[in-house]
Amino acid sequence: MIRERPKAIVLHSRDNVATAIRDLEVGELVEVKVGSQSVVVKLLDPIPFRHKFALLDIPKGEEVYKYGEVIATALRDIKRGEHVHIHNIASPQRSA
Amino acid sequence: MSVRELFGYLRSDGRIGFRNHILVLPTVVCANQVCQDIAHLVRGSVALPYHGGCGLLPADKELVTRCLCHVAANPNVAGVVVVSLGCESVDAVELTEGIADFGKPVELIQIEKLGGTLEATCRGARAALRMVLEASRLKREKVGLDSLMLGLECGGSDPASGLTANPVLGYATDRIVEAGGGAIITETTESIGAEHVLARRAVSTRVGEKMLEIVRRYEERVRQFGADIREGQPVPGNIEAGLTTAEEKSLGCVLKAGSSPLVEVVEFAVIPNQKGLVVMDTPGFDPISMGGLLAGGCQVICFTTGRGSPSGVPIAPVIKISSNSECFQIMNEHIDFNAGTVIDGEEKIEQAGERLLDLIIEVANGAATKAEALGHNLFGVWTHMQL
Repeated sequence: MIRERPKAIVLHSRDNVATAIRDLEVGELVEVKVGSQSVVVKLLDPIPFRHKFALLDIPKGEEVYKYGEVIATALRDIKRGEHVHIHNIASPQRSA
Repeated sequence: MSVRELFGYLRSDGRIGFRNHILVLPTVVCANQVCQDIAHLVRGSVALPYHGGCGLLPADKELVTRCLCHVAANPNVAGVVVVSLGCESVDAVELTEGIADFGKPVELIQIEKLGGTLEATCRGARAALRMVLEASRLKREKVGLDSLMLGLECGGSDPASGLTANPVLGYATDRIVEAGGGAIITETTESIGAEHVLARRAVSTRVGEKMLEIVRRYEERVRQFGADIREGQPVPGNIEAGLTTAEEKSLGCVLKAGSSPLVEVVEFAVIPNQKGLVVMDTPGFDPISMGGLLAGGCQVICFTTGRGSPSGVPIAPVIKISSNSECFQIMNEHIDFNAGTVIDGEEKIEQAGERLLDLIIEVANGAATKAEALGHNLFGVWTHMQL
């Protein structure tokens, strides 16, 4: 069987972002595995290799999950398929 | 999946060795040359040169003595020749007695008492020869996966490390911990930003608080020199490569430790009381953090890298894991395992993790790593100040 090289990776089933594992174009349909489920996301931005995009709409103030952990908080509403980077997320207030 | 059987050397303190080295251990930098000469004369003995052992604050003297003693007590070591100058800060007699308390054959050679390098080398080589011959008669016996204490390390990381090599190692770590074995993760500096995640995974409030404390203490120490360790993280190169926050960067690093509960947080070079996942307070500097792993009793070290560090330690095999296939090709003579397959789409994290677990067992059973075959020999001891 010839397997197509995957475009993005989700590291934990709780995550609401995926990481591109090659440069992806705006409008591209990307299929990713979230746990045992397959999810298809249409990209609203070009996503450079190793950058992230939203798997779901993330409202302003909501937590951003990668590795199953909170890596940041949304600074504004982020749409499914949007580039998730320092322009729209930032370090959460550390509770520790 | 292959049958995962482990064979190791039963040591008198109950721990299991997966190598059978005779260690030639200097108490002080001035004894390094004699140690190296002895190790050169006697095959099967290995010197552990390091830069320290004198001009120490009392607290550092204790730290160095503990580290040397516990490294000598590492189950991969079958016997020890301690080489002392005679006027150093480290108390060679106390160190030798400490090693003997672990039930390990040990002999002390004192350079000043013997009149210099030549006599000390000759006496030390005779002791090493006797120990090598004795150790060579020991046989490996079948042991459980629970006898394994894995060291977790990274160096020359790249942005793929958090996507491939570290989660793949984390998968293997979880399997070893599930089987009753242990793993130690070091480098307090690299966990900053993710310390609350490790603390939350602690088995008790006390362990969780200790995790947060070692980070606070480290920050404070750095602040004494006018620097802020959190400032500027992630660096611009990280951001360009897709990282957004210090949390994201550090989480990518502590993934090496998998998802097991944190059972213990230990000071530098302390032997953990518990099996399971352990944090040891060390700096991020590889010779010292790996020195801590040896002292903690790790018999095998897994080292993830994106650039391809050549480093190895004298008494334990270091399995080098590349985060990307380019590194695996370019630095192939140093890399034992490629986790870049995960972003190449050839394997899932779990598949690569199973393959890594097979390699860890093969190496524990005696297969040489590239760092071992090339004789890479890094070792350092943490001190706060050199007087």
